[in-house]
Amino acid sequence: MGMLELQNVDKVYRSRGKPPVHAVRALDMTVKQGEIVALLGSSGCGKTSTLRMIAGFEDVTSGSIALDKRRIEALPPARRKVAMAFEGYSLYPPLTVRENIAFALKAQQLSRGEVTRRVDAIARLVEIEDILDAYPRAISGGQQQRVSLARALVRDADLYLLDEPMGQLEPQLRAVLRGRIKGLLAERGMTAIFVTHDQTEASALADRIAVMEDGILQQFASEKELKSRPANLFVASFIGEPPMNLLETELARADGGYRLSIGSDMAFHIPGGAIDAVARTMLDEMRHVRVGIRPQKVAVGTGDVRVRVVSNQWLGDQSHVAGECAGRLLIAVTPSKVAARPGDTISFGLAPRHLHIFGADGNCIRHAEVS
Amino acid sequence: MEHSSLAGRIFRGVALTLVLVFFMFPIVWIFLMSFQSNEQILRIPPSILFEPTLSNYQALISGQLRTTAGNIDIPFMRNLMNSFVLSSAAVLLALLLGVPAAYAFARFKFKLGETIAFTLLSFRFAPPLLVLLPLSLYYQQLGLSDTYFGIVWVYQLIALPLILWIVRGYFEDISPDIEHAYRLAGHSWREAFTRIAVPLAGPGIAAAGLLSFIFCWNNFVFALILASADKQPVTVGALAFVTASGIQYGQIAAAIVLSVTPTLLLALYAQRYLVEGLSLGAVKG
Repeated sequence: MGMLELQNVDKVYRSRGKPPVHAVRALDMTVKQGEIVALLGSSGCGKTSTLRMIAGFEDVTSGSIALDKRRIEALPPARRKVAMAFEGYSLYPPLTVRENIAFALKAQQLSRGEVTRRVDAIARLVEIEDILDAYPRAISGGQQQRVSLARALVRDADLYLLDEPMGQLEPQLRAVLRGRIKGLLAERGMTAIFVTHDQTEASALADRIAVMEDGILQQFASEKELKSRPANLFVASFIGEPPMNLLETELARADGGYRLSIGSDMAFHIPGGAIDAVARTMLDEMRHVRVGIRPQKVAVGTGDVRVRVVSNQWLGDQSHVAGECAGRLLIAVTPSKVAARPGDTISFGLAPRHLHIFGADGNCIRHAEVS
Repeated sequence: MEHSSLAGRIFRGVALTLVLVFFMFPIVWIFLMSFQSNEQILRIPPSILFEPTLSNYQALISGQLRTTAGNIDIPFMRNLMNSFVLSSAAVLLALLLGVPAAYAFARFKFKLGETIAFTLLSFRFAPPLLVLLPLSLYYQQLGLSDTYFGIVWVYQLIALPLILWIVRGYFEDISPDIEHAYRLAGHSWREAFTRIAVPLAGPGIAAAGLLSFIFCWNNFVFALILASADKQPVTVGALAFVTASGIQYGQIAAAIVLSVTPTLLLALYAQRYLVEGLSLGAVKG
């Protein structure tokens, strides 16, 4: 049962006649034993490349990968003690579902009874008991995905890699399985990394989430921290639904604090005491910064920002109100119904303590206060 | 494409019959000819009513060709045997070399990979006559002319590209992740190749093997130039029927029946694999 350490891992794909693609850059990441980690990012961000390097199907261009202090980046896949569920399922067509799952246990040389017991247990967990004697060709995509998941989880491995493990499942089943798989992983103290582009899945299943973009690890933290303390603009806009409101502002010193103005219509004053010394020295050199505020933190009906309502949707448990102010769109989310119609003018409140401030390089200078 | 109208069905029936007659008539006619004597074959007008005779087959099997000018020895049965031996050995060798090569071309990108694959394919469309003269000179120097090995070797020009390209397409259609999953479960890539990739590509390998067997069997010009009488296959051996005292149509027909029967049976038996294997290789882009 293992701890995984990636150090300075790079992956460059070179093909003739094309510029090289730098898929993963200087990746440092430590996954603790028994931890469940999600690699989250959009397509082509390097998350699957990372997973395949850990499994051994892609060479590491440079850097090292260690599992339980054992360097594995040069070992063949068979000797890494890693189990993987593939995005394309990759079941063996000539074998039944039961044989497919049992196949993964072959190398462990268990007794026949033990194999049957384990296959039955894992089949019950992912709800495929009734198709154990079917062939992969005869079952649906969602069922194949569950078989592939079962084939990975049935093994005793130091590390479990799951590539989009639930992409093909129906929403209800997905929610049920997430809970069960999380239970199984936690109960046995299994270390797991899974790739997903679904935030809900990442936050429901993972202890920590690694957000990747352009081959770079943007932030590796718990879901709560990603939301409350995003490291940079990318994480701020990527995590959270609907995404964070981001506004360009001009920065000026005023009254011992800072004045952030947006055009001539909007301005915020942040007292100097609310910002730590390091951030202050950084801010002192900047003229332009971006501020971000979560839609959930925008007050509706109170405050001094007058907006013209563009849309107002009641989703059954919350309202999404989009308002326009001086050509900029602001989204607010509130748990109550809002009576405004498109075209109406209402007030939005953007409290300075809820503002995140990002520098010109995109890195966060000051986080909103946790309330 | 459902033609359910009466006219459509009639048209389909007529068209099918025409095609069938066009392709089957020569085979049926040859089959009938093989049971007739030369006189019966050459009478005018021809008739389908005749007294069947086994003399043609007798002559072939005994190796004695009776003509008006006397008896001639023809090693037809030996030719038939040669065809079997040469074609089987050539296909076997081509499979041993071609299947691993096809796997390598399908799975690994390496320097000059495409160039090598294409060069091998180009053997298929280079006219044999172009290479025959230099080849026969080389063969004489190397002591390969008039040896079974030499002919099997030159048959690789026919069999190897076919097997390589058909099987390669098959391997490319198998998701590499299936092998990856197998390797993660604690197996080497050699095992993944023999236990996963080869069985999954089985129909394609069978189709490619059968097809190259038929192509080797049908080859004429390589064996004509590079082998002498006792090592020649039936295609070349059939020349012996053109004798000084005329052409022995009956024996030719019997020889044709005997020599196409193996490949015909093979093709009929493996029809399903052939169609499946070839279309699967062809459809992928």
